[in-house]
Amino acid sequence: MAELKYTEEHEWVRVEGTTATVGISDFAQEQLGDVVFVELPEVGKALKKGDEGAVVESVKAASEVYAPVSGEVTEVNEALNDEPGLVNSDPMGNGWFFKITITDASDMDGMMDEAAYKAFAEG
Amino acid sequence: MRYLPLTDTNRREMLDVIGAGSIEDLFCDVPEAARLKGPLDLPNSVDEQTVETALRSLANKNLSPSNVPSFLGAGIYRHHIPAAVDHLIQRGEFLTAYTPYQPEVSQGTLQAMFEFQTQVTMLTGMEVANASLYDGATACAEAVLMAQRVTRRNKAILSGALHPHYREVTETSARFMGSNMIACAPDQNGDEDIISLIDEETACVVVQNPGFFGHVRDLSPLSEACHDKGALLVVIVTEIFSLGAVKSPGDMGADIVAAEGQSLGNSAGFGGPTVGLMAVRQKFLRQLPGRLVGQTVDADGRRGFVLTLSTREQHIRREKATSNICTNAGLCALAFTIHLSQLGEAGFTGIAKLNHARAVQLAERLSAVAGISILNDTFFNEFTIALPGPAAGVIDELAAKDLLGGVPVSRLYPSDSELENLLLVAATETTTDADMQALIDGLMEVLK
Amino acid sequence: MNDFQTTLTGHQGLRFEEALIFEQDSPGASGVDVPTIPDHAPKLGGLERRDSIGLPGLSEPQVVRHYLRLSQQNYSIDSGFYPLGSCTMKYNPRVNEKVARLPGLGDLHPLQPTQTVPGALELMDLCATWLKTLTGMPAVALSPAAGAHGELTGLMTIRAALEASGNPRKRVLVPDSAHGTNPASAHACGYTVASIPADDRGRVDIQAMRELLDEDVAAIMLTNPNTCGLFENEIIEIAKAVHDVGAYFYCDGANFNAIVGRVRPGDLGIDAMHLNLHKTFSTPHGGGGPGSGPVVLSEPLAPFAPLPYVIHGPDGFELIEQDDRPDAHPFGRVKGFHGQFGMLSRTLSYMMSLGSDGLAQVSGDAVLSANYLLAKLKDTLSASFEGPCMHEALFDDRFLEGTGVTTLDFAKALIDQGFHPMTMYFPLVVHGALLIEPTETESKETLDLFVKTMTELAAKAKAGDVAFFTEAPKLTPRRRLDETLAARNPVLVWKPDSEQD
Repeated sequence: MAELKYTEEHEWVRVEGTTATVGISDFAQEQLGDVVFVELPEVGKALKKGDEGAVVESVKAASEVYAPVSGEVTEVNEALNDEPGLVNSDPMGNGWFFKITITDASDMDGMMDEAAYKAFAEG
Repeated sequence: MRYLPLTDTNRREMLDVIGAGSIEDLFCDVPEAARLKGPLDLPNSVDEQTVETALRSLANKNLSPSNVPSFLGAGIYRHHIPAAVDHLIQRGEFLTAYTPYQPEVSQGTLQAMFEFQTQVTMLTGMEVANASLYDGATACAEAVLMAQRVTRRNKAILSGALHPHYREVTETSARFMGSNMIACAPDQNGDEDIISLIDEETACVVVQNPGFFGHVRDLSPLSEACHDKGALLVVIVTEIFSLGAVKSPGDMGADIVAAEGQSLGNSAGFGGPTVGLMAVRQKFLRQLPGRLVGQTVDADGRRGFVLTLSTREQHIRREKATSNICTNAGLCALAFTIHLSQLGEAGFTGIAKLNHARAVQLAERLSAVAGISILNDTFFNEFTIALPGPAAGVIDELAAKDLLGGVPVSRLYPSDSELENLLLVAATETTTDADMQALIDGLMEVLK
Repeated sequence: MNDFQTTLTGHQGLRFEEALIFEQDSPGASGVDVPTIPDHAPKLGGLERRDSIGLPGLSEPQVVRHYLRLSQQNYSIDSGFYPLGSCTMKYNPRVNEKVARLPGLGDLHPLQPTQTVPGALELMDLCATWLKTLTGMPAVALSPAAGAHGELTGLMTIRAALEASGNPRKRVLVPDSAHGTNPASAHACGYTVASIPADDRGRVDIQAMRELLDEDVAAIMLTNPNTCGLFENEIIEIAKAVHDVGAYFYCDGANFNAIVGRVRPGDLGIDAMHLNLHKTFSTPHGGGGPGSGPVVLSEPLAPFAPLPYVIHGPDGFELIEQDDRPDAHPFGRVKGFHGQFGMLSRTLSYMMSLGSDGLAQVSGDAVLSANYLLAKLKDTLSASFEGPCMHEALFDDRFLEGTGVTTLDFAKALIDQGFHPMTMYFPLVVHGALLIEPTETESKETLDLFVKTMTELAAKAKAGDVAFFTEAPKLTPRRRLDETLAARNPVLVWKPDSEQD
């Protein structure tokens, strides 16, 4: 059963074994508006927790998507190149951004679970 | 005061509504120490006639190139601008419109800029162009910054045929970004070897075609050499009419073209405002600075135009923007596009050919003058001649006789004594036989 | 659902639909007669252009009709009111256009021998004198081409001055209410940016600023009056704190219209400030440019000003394009040739027209008009701060809470009423900002009509007529345009049908 957590930057992190899949929350995509472009990291890139991983652009705004954990990017969601709107229509599923290995499990400390994030986003 | 509609009665009524006793009361947040206590040491307001007289008297102190033979070029050129252009750009709806951020009431500006972008790609042989930058020199600097972003490399090689102002502006912007600019020696003979300087750290090579000294070169070998090393070829064009007669930079393998558009639609204006052009390959689109107009549809399904890809720009990306640029050249770009539309394919290529023909004639006549030699085997409408002595002095003597004989190279290369005998001479469709004769006669007189 | 009748032609009376110029091509046609080209042996090195460029051919009347029809689809300050905060959309005097075009000014070549253009150099010097006197600063760099360009120039001057004393430092402080060009300019100068928060009075939190000030700070960039339309009343203390750590004070002069002729930035401790000639000094916006952004400089910064500049020498005015004097350290060149001379001539014409007394009246009427609108609208809209304001008044979207109408929708409804919307969503320090700057060139009748319109629209929003706003505008040449489509599938050039995807 994959573990789903959220960061304060409105990213979700789904952990399976030592790989985390990263995306942005439904709240975040709604705030952004129609996504027009996603700049994905290179596969193989090493990121430290808090580094800029991806950039998501809507018509009126651009936001960084930070690496929630330190690790190496193993896969990126190429589908977003042709269909950036997936971030809006399916933010928790097919709108994922990138997968990253987790080198230090303690990086996950402090992230929120579903209920805590819901309260945070609405607060 | 003729520009201020409020009357004293209005002002009193408005103050009553606000609940203030005087306009000064509204400035209560200004610290006492900062408020001016008396009038400034400047004249008071005057009527329109007085202003006109004052500006006219300043104008009359200058030698106007419209009235005398002029062979001045070096990046700004005298061309005939059809009368309709200035009439159209002075329509209030164009002249006094704001930036088209509300597209529903700005389709005039937006469509004109979309047409402009298209025309710029056609002229340069490139795939996408922005809606203009300030001028050619700043466009050159932006092109180098862009090449550095795209290649993630630092070094740029600047040809010795690049206009010195373009080089200086590029070096200035690079200085603060910690970049490495390699400026080649002046290429007055048009034979510099730049290919051997390209390496794996080179972001781009910047060349000008036709060059500052006038030479026209095939850039295809240079383009290949750049791409072999993963570098980009940036081509500068300072005389946009050349693209009506010479193979386009896109056709010769350019990755980025940065140009000065002044020759179309815009008078010399003592150097500004003019219009910078930038055109690139499609794959570099997201790194292109400046405004972009895109086609779309409205709520009724009709075609319309909007500013787009704004997330590259400063008002959104702030410190991560592709550039800090906010304005474009607006009205100057409009003048460019109107002039070019009026010329059309036949007019633009025809006038370009005429420019070249006039320059060829002038070069032939000048080379027959004792003591003068032409340095160029190739040129478009401007070439370099060598005089027996310093060119600046000769030009001053000609100017005293109301003849603007060309730009001494020393004006832009003041410290290079080996260039001091060189003179840049330009001819355009405005150059008459009588003009050419006057120059020949004038030079013979001065040089004897 | 539009309110038009369909016609055979697509035109609607005096409102014309106009195709792209490329769709009106008559191959071989031209609006220009090309003189006979004399026989000549080409010297192009065999690099003649052989491909067709693709430019359409039209006669002159067709070209004129095309652009006239396009112009009719534009709003402009000549057409109507622009309450655009931070833009200073004031009337553009026509005498400025006339004098800028005078032979001997509009047609001068920048590289004519300088002894043939003494009047041009004098014009630049006069313009410089006016700007220095108005701002109380000893020096000015005239060459930057626009406000953002001026900002960059000012920061480069600061960096050059710091480098000359051995340490360029690392950071620039910028309030979070600042215009995006501020951090972008700082970055282009090699600095990182740190944000200063605003206090609940909408001004710089001076305590927070003091905590951020250290010897790694090269400069602070403030706008005064700030982007909320408020004068930073602690500005002299701010300047002192900045100077105490050896940093410089950059001021964004976009809002100079509020204080021109009444307050001199030099008296506030400012080291560098750009002026937007297309804002305060009435040069036309031209649909997006050209602008001009001269930068006034303090004594310590003056030696580092970029080339070229005009000096008043013993033999008259000199244009300095290279300066080898020992006390001159220009940091370089920021523009080709000498700057936006055509905007300087328009500006001089404007400043002479208004004079010292007129310019003080400009700021007075600008501030009066803004406060009038604030007083009339603060009970209908939600004013973000207590008055008085300076030349612009800031509102936020609290008054639209629960209506389903956004700031954007509200603004689009204003368009159908014949007004250009106010500045929206800027500054970022309040939610759904509406920043209103009337300027001094609007009559009281126009201001009253604007108030009436805003009041009735607000009432309509509160009454729940959401569709009225979300479907607006309905009466313009185009309805709301799909910006998402434009960004997802960028179509930036016209292509002939044969080449379309």
